[in-house]
Amino acid sequence: MSPTEYMAPTTPSRQWKHKDLLSIRTLEPWEIDLIHDTASAFKEINSRAIKKVPALRGKTVVNLFVEPSTRTRASFELAANRLSADVISLESSSSSFKKGETLKDTGLNLQALNADFMVMRHSCAGAAQFLAERLRTGIINAGDGAHEHPSQALLDTFTIRERLGRDLKGLKIAICGDIMFSRVARSNIWALLKLGADVTLVGPSTLVPPVFKKLGVNISHKLEDILPEAHVIMLLRIQHERQRQALFPSLGEYVSLFGLTAARFRKCRPDVVIMHPGPINRGVEIDSELADGVNSVILEQVTNGMAVRMAILYLLSGGQPLHVAPGAPLAPHITSPAS
Amino acid sequence: MPSSNVLLDADALDRALTRLSYQVLERNAADPRRIVLIGLPTRGYTLAQRLASRLAPIAGFEPPVGKMDITFHRDDLELNIPVPQVSHIPFDITRRVVVLVDDVLFTGRSVRAALAALSDLGRPAAIQLLALIDRGHRQVPIRADFFARKITTELEDTVQVKLTEVDPVPADVVEVVSP
Repeated sequence: MSPTEYMAPTTPSRQWKHKDLLSIRTLEPWEIDLIHDTASAFKEINSRAIKKVPALRGKTVVNLFVEPSTRTRASFELAANRLSADVISLESSSSSFKKGETLKDTGLNLQALNADFMVMRHSCAGAAQFLAERLRTGIINAGDGAHEHPSQALLDTFTIRERLGRDLKGLKIAICGDIMFSRVARSNIWALLKLGADVTLVGPSTLVPPVFKKLGVNISHKLEDILPEAHVIMLLRIQHERQRQALFPSLGEYVSLFGLTAARFRKCRPDVVIMHPGPINRGVEIDSELADGVNSVILEQVTNGMAVRMAILYLLSGGQPLHVAPGAPLAPHITSPAS
Repeated sequence: MPSSNVLLDADALDRALTRLSYQVLERNAADPRRIVLIGLPTRGYTLAQRLASRLAPIAGFEPPVGKMDITFHRDDLELNIPVPQVSHIPFDITRRVVVLVDDVLFTGRSVRAALAALSDLGRPAAIQLLALIDRGHRQVPIRADFFARKITTELEDTVQVKLTEVDPVPADVVEVVSP
């Protein structure tokens, strides 16, 4: 069996029912499997000469990026194009946010243009949920502050499943780096735990505070301890732009303690899977040669991202309105640097 | 109380597949090596695999078999969002004769979607349709080139094809179930 052929065991009536994708925390494990299985079908289509299907013909997707993004936006844009939807992309610099329009008014205006989906990135945690509660349009959270980035976690877990050709139950997964400020980390923690993986967060205590233990993960401040048994090492970018105070003394010290170097790589399992959501700081989170090596799936993550986003758009097109109570709290541990 | 009526038992299905494989070969006798079989998941693909192994001894080669998911080409996605299966067509269909294999031909809409999906994969020399059962009630102008049985059904009936490879049955069976 080639790894791509792993499919989750089918359960009866696997029918997607949400109009929005706001977080991983609110998904059931079978819903994650459903997105992955659907993404497998789209991945095959993406390998063809003609990479387009008419599934979302006549639908309109608006990319609303109030916070800058290139890869996620491009990935969603191509995903929508390949489903034959019409796509427009708005960025904060070109939109009415500069003129003082509120998020709600922007949403209502886009809904009035008959947008079927809004793919949204915003610096405030909960921004996507705020719009989802107020609009009929399906909202896809493409990153809200330090809260969640569900499509990234879905593509990461899809990539693990595909590379290893199995489900994630019992896999030992290390997430290393800036956990505190990372929405990618939060979404991945939820996704990995829901799929049965054993998660260890690694980094300096300023970036990996003990409060995360409440989620059901292990915490380590020494990368070496986890290396020999980790099936997957997920590296996170050190986000200079989000750090308001010095949370570690210097980049040099970070590299010497937490960088994935050739010396540390020799302590890993030979089949360890190395992941990074990008953009990578070569020589900081990971040595350049390792990033380009056979254990790295960094570019595969990008390729899979499009298939996963096609699956999200496709499944949401049949979803029903939100049933989360308006104003329902985000996860209790969320601290958004932007809020 | 639902009633069911066996249309084909395992032996009858076996004979029907033998007959169908000869018919496919006869129709394409001029150049049988152009034949490729593409099954629609789930049972059309199983039937295509069986037909390929039957064609092997009589045609002198085993035609390639592919599996094509048609979900994204359906015309009823507004009503229902089915979970797709992964297509697997490891050959070029251009200038080949594609024998499209499905278990039951009903409204014809699946076949319409399949024709659209095929056109994204290449330009075959010809497309022929093989359906095990033709149960009528077409909603689009499509007919089968090859079939084992053509039957009259009520709209509410279901025609169930159960094959040992994919269904939990001790032997193949095709039955009509009336509500």
